[in-house]
Amino acid sequence: MTKPIVITGVSLYGEEAADIVIAKGEIASLSAADAPSGAVIVDGSGLVALPGLVDPHTHLREPGREDAETIETGSRSAAAGGYVAVHAMANTTPVADTAGVVEQVWRRGREVGLVDVFPLGAVTVGLKGERLAELGAMAQSDAHVRMFSDDGMCVSDPVLMRRALEYVKTFDGIIAQHAQDPRLTEGSQMHEGAVSASLGLAGWPAVAEESIIARDILLAEHVGSRIHVLHLSTARSVDIVRWGKSRGVKVTAEATPHHILLTDESARGYDARFKVNPPLRPESDVEAVRAGLVDGTIDVIGTDHAPHPDEDKDGEWAASAFGMIGLETSLGVVQKTLVDTGRLTWRDVARLMSEAPARLCQFEGHGRPLAVGEPANITLVDPKRAWVVDPRGTASRSHNSPFGGIEMPGTVVGTILRGAVTHAHPAFGGLGK
Amino acid sequence: MKHLLSTADLTRDEALHILDTAQEMAKTQEREVRKLPTLRGKTVVNLFFEDSTRTRISFEVAAKRLSADVINFSAKGSSVSKGESLKDTALTLEAMGSDGIVIRHSASGAAERLATSGWIQGSVVNAGDGTHQHPTQALLDAFTIRRHLGERSDSTGLDGLTVTLVGDILHSRVARSNIHLLTTLGASVVLVAPPTLLPIGVETWPVRVAHTLDEALDAFDIDALMMLRIQLERMSGGGAAFFPSPAEYSRLLGLDAARLARLPSHAIIMHPGPMNRGLEISAEAADSPRSVIVEQVSNGVAVRMAVLYLLLAGEAEL
Ligand SMILES: [Zn+2]
Repeated sequence: MTKPIVITGVSLYGEEAADIVIAKGEIASLSAADAPSGAVIVDGSGLVALPGLVDPHTHLREPGREDAETIETGSRSAAAGGYVAVHAMANTTPVADTAGVVEQVWRRGREVGLVDVFPLGAVTVGLKGERLAELGAMAQSDAHVRMFSDDGMCVSDPVLMRRALEYVKTFDGIIAQHAQDPRLTEGSQMHEGAVSASLGLAGWPAVAEESIIARDILLAEHVGSRIHVLHLSTARSVDIVRWGKSRGVKVTAEATPHHILLTDESARGYDARFKVNPPLRPESDVEAVRAGLVDGTIDVIGTDHAPHPDEDKDGEWAASAFGMIGLETSLGVVQKTLVDTGRLTWRDVARLMSEAPARLCQFEGHGRPLAVGEPANITLVDPKRAWVVDPRGTASRSHNSPFGGIEMPGTVVGTILRGAVTHAHPAFGGLGK
Repeated sequence: MKHLLSTADLTRDEALHILDTAQEMAKTQEREVRKLPTLRGKTVVNLFFEDSTRTRISFEVAAKRLSADVINFSAKGSSVSKGESLKDTALTLEAMGSDGIVIRHSASGAAERLATSGWIQGSVVNAGDGTHQHPTQALLDAFTIRRHLGERSDSTGLDGLTVTLVGDILHSRVARSNIHLLTTLGASVVLVAPPTLLPIGVETWPVRVAHTLDEALDAFDIDALMMLRIQLERMSGGGAAFFPSPAEYSRLLGLDAARLARLPSHAIIMHPGPMNRGLEISAEAADSPRSVIVEQVSNGVAVRMAVLYLLLAGEAEL
């Protein structure tokens, strides 16, 4: 049995201070006066409490690439980043395109028990984009899959995409698209523009993303389905989603922390830690994505945590893998770029990083209010405890962070999943074991 | 200067110093005994992940004329094709002891990774990395231009001259290297290519652009005309081709006898080789008295001698 916990004087959503009394996995009270005997008392003054973070987009690599990450190491990294639930992408080996694989991932997540691991299912068999996977079987499995994606690959065939969009309505499912026209991006290495021109790296044109998003919004409107756009990265992508929403299309969109902080200039030097798909874009796109988060066009922030072992990242740029880890730096990046600049409140952060992802991904018991009777899924942030990112100092099995050396303004000091402490910063003695 | 990775890293003074040194080297090559003792005891590794017999031989001759020991390391199959990784190769060479590594690689940035990843102590010379840079080619081109047209320039550099590059700019490391170096030396650069063979972002480069060779001949006073090698596979093979056909390429961009005749009388014709005769350049043009294509090759040795000397010899005297 986990001990009851009382966190005193903590600022809820960065607003009024309260005490959070946690017992039996729930928020039992918001007043320390109700603390049960034997409770661990933690001084929460100066801290911000958010509903436990939910990552709609994580690559845990298990099964198949346990050298890069396992469900256990990925879960620990997620907890360290303030997450209580993660959505595990389907591009594993074997691909999560059957009930068997998604149940395996879901069960392993429960065994580890540090975060709730919910698997997505692949849209097409083997992510090959040729025929639909058995989406119904995955939906009806113990893993209860509701979101499907070929992430890493684009469902580029318009007919197949249409069928997928229609079919998942059977069980209130949703298709999440990795928008990348494959023909426009053959051999592409980085954003196509002035920097790629000078570096001699094959360009990944913005239109390869935008054209697919536009097509999918039109398809979703035509068949009356929901569509979710993963990691949008360009100004026109934001415009197109905004336009879709204004038409009443049921479109939602995600942005990643790296696309709101880093630009394609990072590729100078050919350090493949900055190689990611979709690629880092110029400042004007970065700013448009930030603006899309501020004005509500973009619904959720997802890490696209993509672990790779060193040997897949320390060679030539073209030979290196796409992707960067991000579970432990996401809140810091969001605070740095959007909260400390006065563009978002902590209440907004709670929406973008917990409430909206939980609703979108249909994670029951997550993204709930910090209120009495709710599950005690809580992320505690010290917004004044700055730290400098050390790519080796991560709980992830991989070290391919693009943020090494960058100062993050705030620190996740505690993560609580249904009343159990899954992460406690050393400075946060009261919660430590 | 520790490495030579990109012409973008060279200041005007550094570039001129290399060219002046190359001139000294060229003079020594007219002596009866051409071998200099300058790099005796030094080891230069030619690390070629990509076949290029010409460039490798040019570097080999340059290093040997400076009395360096030369090791040719042909690493067939880069890590792109799952061969030995760049890192392991570098660590191996470091363990054997090498003072300078001349690297040719199909991946853009490979030379910079080799130089900056902490794997090796010695100097790195980029002998061509993907579609990025080939700095010694640009230096030998500038050397050749200065030799022939130097007196037309109003400086010790190339100020006042117009150099026109024709062909596949998008995929050309020769073009990228030349644009930086020529600009640094004061020349004005014109690029001639169809829009499909120009990079997005070319508008940020210090160049003027034309889409056909006739258009360029009309619009600019050309002092040096550099024809780039066209890769035939880029003009065929379905919907992703950059150009409809070799015949159309010749029609719009090839240097034939008529276009040759339209050049100012002092203009020189260059080509980094190997040429596709009859495609980007006609035999008349390639073999005409204005062609300096063969001389480019011998100048390549002098320039590479200068680069190796400046990187590896420390303060030793010529
Ligand atoms: Zn993706």
